[in-house]
Amino acid sequence: MCGTCGCSSTNKVTITNLESGLTTTLDRGNHDHDHDHDHDHDHDHEHVHEDGTRHSHAHHHHHGHDHDHPHHHDHDGTHEHDGLDHHHHAHDHTHADGTTHSHPHVHGHAHHHTHAHEPATVVALETRLLAKNDALAERNRAWFAGREILALNLVSSPGSGKTTLLERMIRDLGREMPIAVIEGDQATANDSERIHAAGAPCVQVNTGTGCHLEADMIARGLAELKPPVGAMVLIENVGNLVCPALFDLGEQAKVAILSVTEGEDKPLKYPHMFQASRAMLLNKIDLLPHLDFDVEKAIENARSVNPGIAVFRVSARTGEGLQAWYDWIREQAAAVRASPI
Amino acid sequence: MHELGITRNVVAIASDAAKGRRVLKVTLEVGRLSGVMTEAIRFCFDTVVEGTALDGAELEIREIEGRARCQACGAVYLMPTLFTSCPCGSRDCERIAGEELSIKTIELEEAA
Repeated sequence: MCGTCGCSSTNKVTITNLESGLTTTLDRGNHDHDHDHDHDHDHDHEHVHEDGTRHSHAHHHHHGHDHDHPHHHDHDGTHEHDGLDHHHHAHDHTHADGTTHSHPHVHGHAHHHTHAHEPATVVALETRLLAKNDALAERNRAWFAGREILALNLVSSPGSGKTTLLERMIRDLGREMPIAVIEGDQATANDSERIHAAGAPCVQVNTGTGCHLEADMIARGLAELKPPVGAMVLIENVGNLVCPALFDLGEQAKVAILSVTEGEDKPLKYPHMFQASRAMLLNKIDLLPHLDFDVEKAIENARSVNPGIAVFRVSARTGEGLQAWYDWIREQAAAVRASPI
Repeated sequence: MHELGITRNVVAIASDAAKGRRVLKVTLEVGRLSGVMTEAIRFCFDTVVEGTALDGAELEIREIEGRARCQACGAVYLMPTLFTSCPCGSRDCERIAGEELSIKTIELEEAA
């Protein structure tokens, strides 16, 4: 699936609206192209097979390493012949399977390259590799800003207590501000059913084998949820401390949740995530009497990665420490209302 | 984990920009603090490019060292990890390099 994470090869992201009960598949144009390529490629592959399994793979390697560097820059003589041979091989061979493509060009090119030293066209792209996701995230951000919506992206390992925290927040804050939830999980609607039962509108995004949410999934979730002006949108990301750090969803802040049943060195093991987060909740503190978890050490570790991170010690189960967290949310919500669009 | 997808993005962006021409070389800039392993990109590249405009293209990855400017003493220092403090002891810094993750240039075959 997830063309951006690559953790599998299929791409089936589904969105379940808990209000309507309808499940739809998210059509992700970008990835369809990838699939087309794959198919084309199968065809090519058989052709290539005929005249050379020996050929294409072996060649790519020689090419990249032995040939290209010396060829382009320093040596003119012996290596060039090598290179030329390779080229010829490659072309004869592409010819066989690729009349439909522009392979005559390929041929011509080899000649240019070796005889005339005509430079290839260099195009400056300066494009961020995550540009597409980033652009969609900016769109989400503007959408939130226009509706004075505070959006928080909750990230953590699996089992840190995100869903329990959300249930509690819906009970405690739901009268103060409308809350809508986007739940991300690889599979099942279990979490969104819990959220729905707690009284908040919710959509479940199932990423299949994907290991994080991306901005297009959020856009689609928002279209289903239609949160009102002044609402808070809580995004429960897929439990994973690696990939979600790289993918902006358009939220105002990422909030990392670290439960005290985990190691206090997690911020050091997953520095990107703790650095990308504006706040850290140390959850399940009601269990501290039974554990060796060193709270101060955990906070020190988080601050060593991100000196400005706000830290809250909470228990979503008992409610301990939640007031300070709620005050932080109120501050963020006020800032969203106050900021010009 | 995400490097295969990132490599696919490389191919998608470069193929788009190539507008049907063959891509001979792709140059990426990857910061050492970007959260992406260059070895993994290299590992995926040859497979991902098969059958695309980048088939057979050379991949050059320029790795960029992490650097930060200390907000306390003003020094610019190397930052091999995301939590390297300034030699003066301060952690209050502004990162100025190391988080790059982009395609710098592509080299296209000359149009016939």
